[in-house]
Amino acid sequence: MESDKNIEKLIEKYLEATTSLAEDEKLRAYFNQESVATHLEQYQPIFNYFSKAKEEQFTKLSTLSEPVKPSRKLNFRWVSVAAAVVLTFGLYFGNGAYQDYQEQKQARLAYEQTKEALNLLAKNFGKGTQKVALLGEFEIAKQKVLQ
Amino acid sequence: MQQKEFLNLVMPFKDKLFRLAKRLLVSREEAEDATQEVLLKLWSKNEAMGQYKSIEAFAMTMTKNFCLDRLKSKQASNLKLVHSNYQDERTSLQKQLETEDSVNWVERIMDELPEQQKMVLQLRDVEDYDFEEISELLDMKPTAVRVTLSRARKTVRERLMQKHNYGIG
Repeated sequence: MESDKNIEKLIEKYLEATTSLAEDEKLRAYFNQESVATHLEQYQPIFNYFSKAKEEQFTKLSTLSEPVKPSRKLNFRWVSVAAAVVLTFGLYFGNGAYQDYQEQKQARLAYEQTKEALNLLAKNFGKGTQKVALLGEFEIAKQKVLQ
Repeated sequence: MQQKEFLNLVMPFKDKLFRLAKRLLVSREEAEDATQEVLLKLWSKNEAMGQYKSIEAFAMTMTKNFCLDRLKSKQASNLKLVHSNYQDERTSLQKQLETEDSVNWVERIMDELPEQQKMVLQLRDVEDYDFEEISELLDMKPTAVRVTLSRARKTVRERLMQKHNYGIG
């Protein structure tokens, strides 16, 4: 048990921040008891608060244990390697397929064009035959005149 | 390192991290998040852990930096709202319990201190760190720690006196 005089000195030192940890502990112990000298009562809340503040606990830790796992980070170097491989394959095989497709498209276009041209020819040819038939009529008339 | 080992390692000082975070961020939720975050970061540094002399000191420094960053960032402006809510609650509590009162005042007075003083006072008077540990943690000279601590203690005392006088007059 510390005497009041002693405590006063300690408080003085405390305010100058020259007390040791043990002396701080003495002060806290003194103010945590029931009977405190009236002129020292003003300091009581400070030390009581520190004692109280020590007891505060972090209670949310239970939630930590679940999400915590050694974080598996995506290694971007390997991801880029994989991407490059996929891209090369794609270009290599995909290019052949694309060219085939283009060729097919061109062939179909040429076929359509040819068909159209032939149709046109057939139509015009038909017209020509009709005209020639008319010419036949003329020939008959001429024969009649000659006889 | 296995999860269990890690938890055992962290267990002794997790409350200290939380209290420091709460001292700086004021709001309980913010402090819980911050502590969680720091512990996760610590866990992700798992393999490198052996290199540090004291994991506790390292974790405390991490907490300090994390909270100061938090305060600087935009989120700090949200925090102010939380802060005032928090105080309101305190005031109503205050009316109910006279004796609890002045103890709570100390907490509120501490909330108003500059960050440096807050941290020094927290580390010394709540966590019982010695000056060397504090100076290492806060990157200050031991003499500066002493001066800051003295200033903080005196401010707390003076403001408490003021509140008492208001209460009487």
